[in-house]
Amino acid sequence: MSKEIRLKTPIKTEDIIDLQAGDRILLSGIIYTARDTAHKRIVASMEKGETLPFELQGAVVYYAGPAPAPPGKPIGSIGPTTSYRMDAYAPKLIENGLKMMIGKGSRNQAVKDAIIEHQAVYCAAWGGAGALLASRVVSADCIAYEELGPEAVYQLEVKDFPVMVVNDIYGHDAYEQQGGDR
Amino acid sequence: MRSIQYTQIVEALAKACIKANIIASCDLLEAYQDSIDNDSQNGAKAILKDLLLNAEVAKENNMPICQDTGTAVVFLELGQEIQVEGGYLVDAINEGVRQGYRDGYLRKSIVSHPLERKNTGDNTPAVIHTEIVPGDSFRITVAPKGGGSENMSRLSMLTPAVGWEGFKSFLINAIREAGPNPCPPVVVGACLGGNFESCALEAKKCLLRPIGERNSDPEIAAYEEELLEEINKLNIGPQGFGGDTTAFDVHLSFLPCHIACLPAAINLNCHVARHQSFCL
Repeated sequence: MSKEIRLKTPIKTEDIIDLQAGDRILLSGIIYTARDTAHKRIVASMEKGETLPFELQGAVVYYAGPAPAPPGKPIGSIGPTTSYRMDAYAPKLIENGLKMMIGKGSRNQAVKDAIIEHQAVYCAAWGGAGALLASRVVSADCIAYEELGPEAVYQLEVKDFPVMVVNDIYGHDAYEQQGGDR
Repeated sequence: MRSIQYTQIVEALAKACIKANIIASCDLLEAYQDSIDNDSQNGAKAILKDLLLNAEVAKENNMPICQDTGTAVVFLELGQEIQVEGGYLVDAINEGVRQGYRDGYLRKSIVSHPLERKNTGDNTPAVIHTEIVPGDSFRITVAPKGGGSENMSRLSMLTPAVGWEGFKSFLINAIREAGPNPCPPVVVGACLGGNFESCALEAKKCLLRPIGERNSDPEIAAYEEELLEEINKLNIGPQGFGGDTTAFDVHLSFLPCHIACLPAAINLNCHVARHQSFCL
């Protein structure tokens, strides 16, 4: 039976244990945007032993590249991008403490295995609901790779940011359980 | 000859880029509502309600419906009796895109080099398709195209032997494999026939048709209905979490082709199926 859960960042292992595919989460706290090129750079920095743009332990990464903030708003539209493009990098981040990924679409087996092994979770936000999701962002700061424009790393403070659990530590996948009422 | 000023093109196109990205079209709003009313699954209805709410929030906050405001794909139907004054037509299109994406706070999603991947910073260059038409009319359509659904699009050079059933299975498989990735409910643009490049372009042009409009050829219209029914049996549903609404619509074209060939293209659009046309 899926449930609705309120979670605060940083995410702890005991939070993850409670989560099942299909659960709805209202997430509050700090999350970080990173997509293709930011992931490539973060993993390169890890391999060189350099300082990362943010602390990975307990972190939430949101696969997203926002539209620019219009006057009077902290950020523009900010829905998820398709997650499979980050599959090549995600296990490395999960091994080093990343607890939650937010995106859309299915992950490969290596990511699902890393989620189980290191007790993390993959969640979906609604693709193409960028304006609605932006309304749950309280503040936004570009903290790394500013020259990448929308692909830069933004630190977002979110309140009641709505996501759904796709891959949990029990090996379930909400895309494969489709057809139920959630 | 009728003259059109460079600056007229720039200004009108900039406005169209902004409107296309922020204001959901009437056919899209109707499609959301129809699916909310008709999808048999409560989970699907709940997601569709959020997507409709998102379109309303976008309009209210003057913000793009989706952060991926896309590649600016611009279709020109240019009367052969039109003369552009004050500058080069292609420059006018790119300047219109530049101004629209800047002034509308739209995302700049274009990189100048496929491997170096440096953002051009202004969403140019636009992808421009020009058709010369009789007379002195000038119609411009901008169709911002998101990357997620574009990545799930497919082209295949089928053999004539596979016929309609072969094409259908190609199309259904492409949508099944795409699953949640192209942000369903999708709009499907598809073409059978033509050659390698005309087939792809015609599939993209199919995405400009309003949701709910059938091909004017009754034979192709019947094929569209057959495909839509099959797609919506896949139970991919809104966002890939199940439901009867995997596609809002299928727009299909047939083109003449070479005796050896049966090109097939499927261009997927996400649920935020954007396009805005105007005449100068």
